[in-house]
Amino acid sequence: MNPVDVSEIKKENIEYHPMEHLLRMDRIPHIWCPACGIGTAVTAFVSALEKAKPDLDKVSIVSGIGCTGRVAGYMKLDSFHTTHGRAIPFATGLKLANPDLKVVVFSGDGDLVAIGGNHLIHAARRNMDIVVICVNNFIYGMTGGQVGATTPETARCSTSPYGNFEPPFNLPLLMESCGASYVARWTALHIRRLTDSIVDAFNKRGFSFIEVIAPCSTLYARWNRLGSGLDIMKYYHEQSITRHNADPRDLKIDFQKPIIVGKFIDRERPTFIDAMNQRFSAVFGDRYTPYGVPAGPRSDEKEGVNA
Amino acid sequence: MKADPRGVLTGAHYLDGDHACAEGALAAGCRFFAGYPITPSTEVAERIAARFPECGGVFIQMEDELASSIAIIGAAWTGKKSMTVTSGPGFSLMQEHIGLAVMLETPCVLVNVQRGGPSTGLPTLPGQADMMQARWGSHGDYEIIALAPNSPQECFDFTIDCFNLSEKYRIPVLLMTDECVGHMTERVIIPQAEEIDLVERKYYHGDKSKYLPFKPDKDMIPPMVKAGDGYRFHVTGLTHDERGYPVMSWQCQEVLVRRLVEKIKNNADEIYRYEEENTDNADVVIVSYGISSRVASRAIDLARKQGVKVGFIRLIVVWPFPEKKIAELAAKTKALITVEMNYGQIALEVERCAHGKCKTLLVPHGGGWVHDPQDILAKIKEALQ
Ligand code: SF4
Repeated sequence: MNPVDVSEIKKENIEYHPMEHLLRMDRIPHIWCPACGIGTAVTAFVSALEKAKPDLDKVSIVSGIGCTGRVAGYMKLDSFHTTHGRAIPFATGLKLANPDLKVVVFSGDGDLVAIGGNHLIHAARRNMDIVVICVNNFIYGMTGGQVGATTPETARCSTSPYGNFEPPFNLPLLMESCGASYVARWTALHIRRLTDSIVDAFNKRGFSFIEVIAPCSTLYARWNRLGSGLDIMKYYHEQSITRHNADPRDLKIDFQKPIIVGKFIDRERPTFIDAMNQRFSAVFGDRYTPYGVPAGPRSDEKEGVNA
Repeated sequence: MKADPRGVLTGAHYLDGDHACAEGALAAGCRFFAGYPITPSTEVAERIAARFPECGGVFIQMEDELASSIAIIGAAWTGKKSMTVTSGPGFSLMQEHIGLAVMLETPCVLVNVQRGGPSTGLPTLPGQADMMQARWGSHGDYEIIALAPNSPQECFDFTIDCFNLSEKYRIPVLLMTDECVGHMTERVIIPQAEEIDLVERKYYHGDKSKYLPFKPDKDMIPPMVKAGDGYRFHVTGLTHDERGYPVMSWQCQEVLVRRLVEKIKNNADEIYRYEEENTDNADVVIVSYGISSRVASRAIDLARKQGVKVGFIRLIVVWPFPEKKIAELAAKTKALITVEMNYGQIALEVERCAHGKCKTLLVPHGGGWVHDPQDILAKIKEALQ
């Protein structure tokens, strides 16, 4: 059967996908493999946007390079597909130059944690007011399945054909120790929980980091004989244990062992801009106009933050 | 558009080139700066850090040059003018983002206070050996604009020019200064804000639903919008069509990259800038730029005292290269002598454009100190033999 040209169908006979208004439908079909976990992470993100109801014109999404790096390109938002590893400093420039923007970084583990690891830790340290959604599929997908900084020990990849022998990053621990304001981890099948966490992150002032454990149904699954994408998605989901506020030191991911998920960190710290305003106001007094603060009192501003 | 008086330190000052560059950025309306310390460029960042709080600017010291050079691109998409400053090794690290800024057609300014290289080289001493890197340092084919000041006053003036060119052509513009100019202190006159002309970014004002981020106007430059203004646009470093969507085809590559190249090449006559002196009846013409041009002036004076007819062309805009001008000079002189602090970079361009019409010679120097005028004089005499 030939593909149907939707433009030839009467308008009242077309049922639209409920998420169409947030997706660039003129770019569908997307490039992702069937049963890849990135798709469900995007679904959760879209649902979160619908729940959190930010002014969508003020939301910018930034991606780096890789399979997850393509997310920005499918979202009907101001969207930036940047260079490998550098989505966070691009987002930093956007946010600092226009603090009215809500800036989301949506990228993969290789991009954010390996090549971009330096930026990740510094953005958390500065408490840059951005949301980082890190799809962790334990492998480099776009380049064909290489070992990465998050690959569990003994897992096979194209460049660890005898099994990985490097320890992976424990991302929640890393983010907690660097100073992130909000840290959560879910699998791609925890759609409701993940959606709620993204909503939390949207409403949080400060650096929010959400790790999404997702199957690379094509490469990671094949290299490790884990069955279909759906099989591993279910496996991750079933093998996960929800433990909110767990000690981040206990969150290491081992190959095919239960994964601890939950909301681990939710704390208040001054953001980069808060700290800058505090410092300069103390030094310059009236000669300094607090940056990025709308004129007049702001109800959501904690007392003293901009004093 | 006139400069915002908050950033303009009107008056006569004694400033080194680095500080003058910072004041130029402030006068040009730069309000976002991301940088990473590196000798001999750090003083620019230091002055910006000191001056920004009272001028409404945001300064951030990033974790490295990769971060600095992309943070300014992000900032530029909010409508702010943005800049970073670096030297040698840092400039190498920024190359990928110069390419990104070219591809995303993002106005921004990058300053390279050149030092001796390769590698860590001579951190505290001058060089001019990054000139070809400025032209070709990022992968892929593209055109770039680069200016070379030879005094603190020019560091101030040309920084403003860099911003104006970057806004006009939607391109990263490079200020290629060097350690000598950066650290030399001279009088710098900063005019009144209303005497400083700034180029305003060209924005799109039409129907939001019809906006195409990379649809060029007749001048080959697409109008821009800002993040947050409701256009919901997409930009990517991948080869893209007018919608900004990736298209992996040679046809799209041809349309896009040809335009990126031609928007500068076809406007080069408007961009070229040089100072020309006594070239009409000259037996030899010296070609130089930046700090080397000041040493060359001394050698030219010495030669003229000895009765040699020496002309001089000082490149202000080095990229795009003034091809026609050099060809024209080659046709009417016996020799073109390039004086630069490297082993032949701009000299290759001079040779290319001279097309064998005259001798082309080089007074090379490895960097670390300026030329000895006597070496230039000797080369002038050699040319006449
Ligand atoms: S290669 Fe792996 S990560 Fe990439 S789209 Fe396919 S399944 Fe997803």
